Amino acid sequence: MFSVTFAIILPFIIAALVPFIHRRFKFIHIGWLVMLVPITLFVMLARLIPSVASGKTYIQTYSWIPTLNINFTTYLDGLSMILGLLITGVGSLVILYSIYYLSTKESLQHFYCYLLLFMGAMLGVVFSDNLMVLYVFWELTSVSSFLLIAFWNHRKASRLGAQKAMLITVSGGIAMLVGFIMLHTMTGSFSIREIITSIGDYTDHALFVPAMILVLLGAFTKSAQFPFHIWLPDAMEAPTPVSAYLHSATMVKAGIYLVARFTPVFGGDQIWFWTVSGVGMITLFWGSFNAVRQTDLKALLAYSTVSQLGLIMSLLGLGSIALQYGYSADSVLYTQATFAALFHLINHSTFKGALFMVVGIVDHELGTRDIRRLGGLMTFMPITFTVGVIGSLSMAGLPLFNGFLSKEMFFAATVQIMNADVFSLQSLGIIFPVIAWIASVFTFVYCMIIIFKTFLGPVQPEKLDKPLHEAPMGMLISPIILSILVVGIFFFPNLLGAYILKPAMASIYPMFGDPANLTPSIHAWHGVKPELLMTIGVVIVGTLLYRLLKKWKPVYGLLSSRYTFNAFYNNFLSFAASKSTIVTNKYMTGLLRDYLVYIYLFFILTVGGFFFYSGAFSPNFSTDARIRVYEVILVGVMAVAAVAMLFAKSRMTATLLNGVLGYSIAIFFVIFRAPDLALTQLVVESITTVLFLLAFSHLPDWKRENIPSKTKITNAVISVGTGAVVVLVALAVLNYDRFESISTFFEDAYELAGGANIVNAILGDFRGFDTMLEVVVLFIAGLGVYTMIKLRAKKGDENSEN
Amino acid sequence: METLIILLIGILVAVATYLILSRNIIRVILGTAVLSHAVHLLILTLGGLKTGNVPLLTEADAPYTDALPQALILTAIVISFAVTAFILVLAYRAYQDIGTDDLDALRGTNDE
Amino acid sequence: MKINDVILRTVTKIVVFIILTFGVYLFLSGHNTPGGGFIGGLVLASAIVLLYLSHDIETVQKSLPLDFKLVAASGVLLATGTGIGSLLFGAPFMSQTFAYFDLPVFGKTELTTVTIFEAGVALAVVGVVVTIILSISEDE
Repeated sequence: MFSVTFAIILPFIIAALVPFIHRRFKFIHIGWLVMLVPITLFVMLARLIPSVASGKTYIQTYSWIPTLNINFTTYLDGLSMILGLLITGVGSLVILYSIYYLSTKESLQHFYCYLLLFMGAMLGVVFSDNLMVLYVFWELTSVSSFLLIAFWNHRKASRLGAQKAMLITVSGGIAMLVGFIMLHTMTGSFSIREIITSIGDYTDHALFVPAMILVLLGAFTKSAQFPFHIWLPDAMEAPTPVSAYLHSATMVKAGIYLVARFTPVFGGDQIWFWTVSGVGMITLFWGSFNAVRQTDLKALLAYSTVSQLGLIMSLLGLGSIALQYGYSADSVLYTQATFAALFHLINHSTFKGALFMVVGIVDHELGTRDIRRLGGLMTFMPITFTVGVIGSLSMAGLPLFNGFLSKEMFFAATVQIMNADVFSLQSLGIIFPVIAWIASVFTFVYCMIIIFKTFLGPVQPEKLDKPLHEAPMGMLISPIILSILVVGIFFFPNLLGAYILKPAMASIYPMFGDPANLTPSIHAWHGVKPELLMTIGVVIVGTLLYRLLKKWKPVYGLLSSRYTFNAFYNNFLSFAASKSTIVTNKYMTGLLRDYLVYIYLFFILTVGGFFFYSGAFSPNFSTDARIRVYEVILVGVMAVAAVAMLFAKSRMTATLLNGVLGYSIAIFFVIFRAPDLALTQLVVESITTVLFLLAFSHLPDWKRENIPSKTKITNAVISVGTGAVVVLVALAVLNYDRFESISTFFEDAYELAGGANIVNAILGDFRGFDTMLEVVVLFIAGLGVYTMIKLRAKKGDENSEN
Repeated sequence: METLIILLIGILVAVATYLILSRNIIRVILGTAVLSHAVHLLILTLGGLKTGNVPLLTEADAPYTDALPQALILTAIVISFAVTAFILVLAYRAYQDIGTDDLDALRGTNDE
Repeated sequence: MKINDVILRTVTKIVVFIILTFGVYLFLSGHNTPGGGFIGGLVLASAIVLLYLSHDIETVQKSLPLDFKLVAASGVLLATGTGIGSLLFGAPFMSQTFAYFDLPVFGKTELTTVTIFEAGVALAVVGVVVTIILSISEDE
């Protein structure tokens, strides 16, 4: 029996073992072993496709923190199935590719450990039903992505790119966490399934919209949506297998997944509709527009990924409108957008994965991925060229490739949305097809750039460091498999629709009944409809623009580099760093006295201030015990001894005065009926005095402190203030009788512990744990003293300390 | 009686604070010693003074004075002894290696 | 540390035994009257410190060949060990128990596991205090 929990845990276990296995078998590329993990999981998941397609879901719960409603619940349904297959499927291909991409000279044990860590975390994200568990895995993907981007950590750009990705995605993650907590506050549940069923009662709740926005922030940062997209191009510093896996096929899809998962929760709300589809549309345009001007192939693909993610995001937004209408024959038309989103999600992973691998091959074999140095590779790298063309044309949305089908459905969805009569779409709906079309033109242009600038045109061998040659076969297997999928899906799209997409539609529209109604039959040819005309327009205008690229490219020069989001991010970061350095240096002076002053001032101001503010101080002197003359004398002696310590001329006098205080307290212990304390105090005071005298033989006598009188006065004020606040607190607490005293319990010591000495019974029995730990503390202090004195570094080998 | 002792505690705390804020390390250590005296007295006082007999069941009759503060103080006395011993040795070892007993001069030593 | 003082030495020889006896008495009586592990340990420690003060370290070491670090460590072990010991009998950590026995010489006697725990405490206190004082006085 397949266990979803096992699927999450397996990568983590193997990740922990990888370093050890690597040490044992240095001569084998560890990737071969690691590859078995995703393959196993993929097969296990694939075996469940038929049962999931028939509407079955798999739930498993392990109690983790039941009192807080946090349980390790895994949930496998249609939606998580898609992502799970992508993670394990693309994962297997990427690892196969990486075996040829990374030589054994790299620190492979780190690479595969991080990669498996990511895989486990990503599976955790898509299979978790509990929001808190999901959040933990979510942040874990950010962490593993950080580690993978900075894999070549000797390069500054890698480190900065990793930092940027980390900062942006983790900030979004924290916003999402707050959103999750708000959801819990509203619905009282952390389970997504439970929230979906009960959210209907809370749509008017004050926290509904804030929770929605915060969850979206998490999704947008993760999926590189405008304006958080800036981390993705910089993340391309990662090794290409990582880019292909994390930054195009899986991790960036986590945000898409989250939006899809939360569509039944928040969908149907106007703000959700406009935010998701609007941000998606802007991202779609901005990404494709910027991709055109890139000269680095990987940066181009990064922007294109941003753009494609925007496309999927906007489709999810458009599809959510169906929830506003409720289930009807008309509203099913709107769900087609969501269907297209899921379809394109898969298609994008196939063609973009292939393209990334192609770029990786070019980079790996020729040592550059700058299109200004490339050209004419077709004759030297025919297989790479074929795969590249298939990927590019699919991305451009041309027939014979799966991108065409989903692109057409995308156009259809944008046209369809103009028919909606809610959310002021009658007037504003037109912007969707317009932006979609413009963005698609740019998409077409950059796809042409990939094909023509890299593989066609004149060869420039003088600009290359390495001779032109085809990549080794092993490296080509994965992109070939992906490109076969690209073509295969075009010819058999409905297989995918019936088995993979249909159950996922049921997860997103759980209240829409039979998902078969939501699953259209996909056809390449469906007559002359607006979407086909739009595609034809894209090709014509796109070709024109590509031809005239040199003429209009100066447009990009108009964008000032001072006002980009990257500049904003950099300025913010350096501003925060410099300002916090200044602030920290202001109060972190390195002087012990200053730190103590902070502590004392805080104590005086908060505790004393609270007494003043609350007026809680009402001392009651009536229960005071009687005072005898000798007690007053003793108090007087102690007070004089204490004050005299301040003016002691020698350290010996001060120590003896401290002894006076100690012995006087022992007398007080006698007076106050505490014989054990009196005995202990007497002995300890003697030993402490001996200690001081012994230590003095190693320390210089104290000199007159030349402290400025201003500091002296400050110290005096703080001291008197502290003393006064302690007096206030003690007087206020003295007669506090809100709770009954527990001391009567200990008076049964003879029956409970067999001891007549209550104090001792408490020490040895009732609170024996305290005493045990106290003995340990005592022992540690003794060891510390011994080590400091006996085990010092000998002169001459001072370096041994460092 | 309690009020009187509390006032004494106030004086002890003030003296201890002043000592702790000084630059000489011996003064600081003495300050902590005085502070622990003050705290021991404080715990005992808050348990109520002269409210009963010695907490020895076979030696005296009820009512007994509260034994819990006494047990806590007993623990505290031993711990404060251990801590005093530790920081005394720390202080003189620091003096031996760095050559100063002035806390301001100890700041920013490169010997970290 | 060499103090050539005949009176101190002579007095110490007698006093140390009185203090040691007193320490043991305090330790044993702690259950029902003032005393116990801490006080007993401290008094024993002060007796040993007094020995070191009146005689030099080598002499004492000869007649009292103990490594006080080990004494402290075994004390801690004993104290924590009694806590774990209660686990073996299915009781929670640190449970103590007691019972009354009729012993031939002592008559009706109470035996408790607290005594073992207190012995650990006393040993730890003696060991730590003497270790600290010895370490400092041996330094340079």
